[in-house]
Amino acid sequence: MNSQLKYELFEKMVKEFTENEVKPLAHELDETERFPAETVAKMAEIGLLGINVPKQYGGAGGDMRMYIKAVEIISKACATTGVVLSAHTSLCVTPILEYGTEEQKQKYVPKLASGEWLGAFGLTEPNAGTDAKNQQSIAVDMGDHYVLNGTKIFITNGGKANVYVIFAMTDKSLGLKGITAFIVEATTPGFSIGKKELKMGIRGSSTTELIFENMIIPKSQVLGRVGEGYKIAMKTLDGGRIGIAAQALGIAEGALEETVKYVKERKQFGMPIAKQQNTQFVLADLATKVEAAKMLVYAAADAKQAKDPTLSVKAAMAKLYASETAMEVTNKAVQLHGGYGYTREYPVERMMRDAKITEIYEGTSEVQRMVIAGALLR
Amino acid sequence: MEIIVCLKQVPNTTEIKIDPVTNTLKRDGVESIINPDDKTGLEVALQLKEQFGARVTVLSMGPQQAEKALGEALAMGADHAILLTDRAFAGADTLATSKTIAAAIKGMPYDLIIAGRQAIDGDTAQVGPEIAEHLDLPQISYACEVGYNADTKVFTVKRQFEDGYQILEVEGPCLLTVLSTACKPRYMRVKGLVDLDNKEVQILRRSDLVIEDEVLGLKGSPTKVKQTFNKQYNTNKQKLVLDPAEAAKLIAATLKDKHLI
Repeated sequence: MNSQLKYELFEKMVKEFTENEVKPLAHELDETERFPAETVAKMAEIGLLGINVPKQYGGAGGDMRMYIKAVEIISKACATTGVVLSAHTSLCVTPILEYGTEEQKQKYVPKLASGEWLGAFGLTEPNAGTDAKNQQSIAVDMGDHYVLNGTKIFITNGGKANVYVIFAMTDKSLGLKGITAFIVEATTPGFSIGKKELKMGIRGSSTTELIFENMIIPKSQVLGRVGEGYKIAMKTLDGGRIGIAAQALGIAEGALEETVKYVKERKQFGMPIAKQQNTQFVLADLATKVEAAKMLVYAAADAKQAKDPTLSVKAAMAKLYASETAMEVTNKAVQLHGGYGYTREYPVERMMRDAKITEIYEGTSEVQRMVIAGALLR
Repeated sequence: MEIIVCLKQVPNTTEIKIDPVTNTLKRDGVESIINPDDKTGLEVALQLKEQFGARVTVLSMGPQQAEKALGEALAMGADHAILLTDRAFAGADTLATSKTIAAAIKGMPYDLIIAGRQAIDGDTAQVGPEIAEHLDLPQISYACEVGYNADTKVFTVKRQFEDGYQILEVEGPCLLTVLSTACKPRYMRVKGLVDLDNKEVQILRRSDLVIEDEVLGLKGSPTKVKQTFNKQYNTNKQKLVLDPAEAAKLIAATLKDKHLI
């Protein structure tokens, strides 16, 4: 059949799913800081946890466009649910697919794509985020295995994931080239979950500390080559940023939609506030920015699909622009809602808190500017 | 087991408006959906397929754009899709439609035919039962539960009425019309959607059917629409100030008078 139909029906399906399964929970997940385990199971059932995974590894065999669209539509209703999907797919499934050995792919990807297992990624430490050379997690080569010790923080899907892509120093003297990536199962002795963060937004998403105490990691769990970890982390984040950009885009679209609905209903000075020029001009600007963000996000998704060498810059631009747009749109959405917008009765209040994280995680807006400027001035 | 599911693409009537001048449906810009009862019928078929193994064929009659509804059915898990489309079929009422569909089914293998109870655009509930008559098949309408015994090849069907139900047993081949309350249709599967790239809807035209011209399309349709109109609500308001005991008596008497209690 006409391949356009596939995209059209995919969008229809994700919209229906979001309307029925995601949207009704969004408020409660935020209020109670509860992880949406039941929604993750439902996403697994229809194949949303392996959208762009090749069929030979148990995925649906779809593409980046479909995956990104799913994150966008789901995040429009619930950014918490959106990031569960994004972190799982971009930060765990993708690096295993791209850097894993055939055995590793066979062992992990089908279970992750089917949703039997959930995935996560651990790079950040108290003293090392994007600036990874300060990694305190150390993996010591013991001949046929490594012994891994250390701590990771701010890990999305922490405590809920079964498989983690973890980065640790294998040779401190080599700096960034001394970092190695490992595939770590949550059942590994010595692996434990530390503090669960209490956050401003995406409160249903589980963000935790990971603690590694004398974990014995067989050499077969090294992802990519020894010393290649930093490169893997940065390439993985290039892809992950498109997921976060899609999440931000979704939040912005959701807030805009809520606001358009509200300004038609809310009456002041004898007319709906939608009749006032200030409302109209603000909404026009916001809608234009949302559309521009959409173009950048889709272009970055296409670049990732096409293995475009300029992906890194495109992803950085998409995330920078979409996340700042999400922040601006949600901020002005609350403003147009007035006092009601500041209450938890209306979803824009949650959306504004949710938007903020998109300017921070998987590289802050400042880091995105460094990536973009770095490529310009090379 | 071979299952054929009859499926109609309809305008989403929850969004539809009626033109006050012409009294016809304003279809412009209204999304088309799979008729809800038919979608449930497909779900019943897919559940039978999962439990007992079956090949599920979805069949629709309509314009070329109904391919989209069939694509959705394929993405939900149907194995094969057929679209009956030809200018000769246009303007068909329930009789002409059921004869055309029966003519198409005649040449196909089947153990079970499932249709939705009725379509939300016409609400006739006639096409399913008529197909069964043309094919001389036993039929059970208003099915809300469907079981199957693979050894005896007998279907056990719960038939829902307003005030009760029947449990009926029927041997295939037979036809069931199902209620949308029977079960919740599944979402399309991502894999099913990706696989649409390699699937085609089989198109059947006038020339593929063995049937007389007189029974097709507008010519074969005895139904004549005399008038369509928007129902006017006559509220007939009356304001009375009474004490609560008297008010209760009056309300009860009025409801009784109107045979509502």
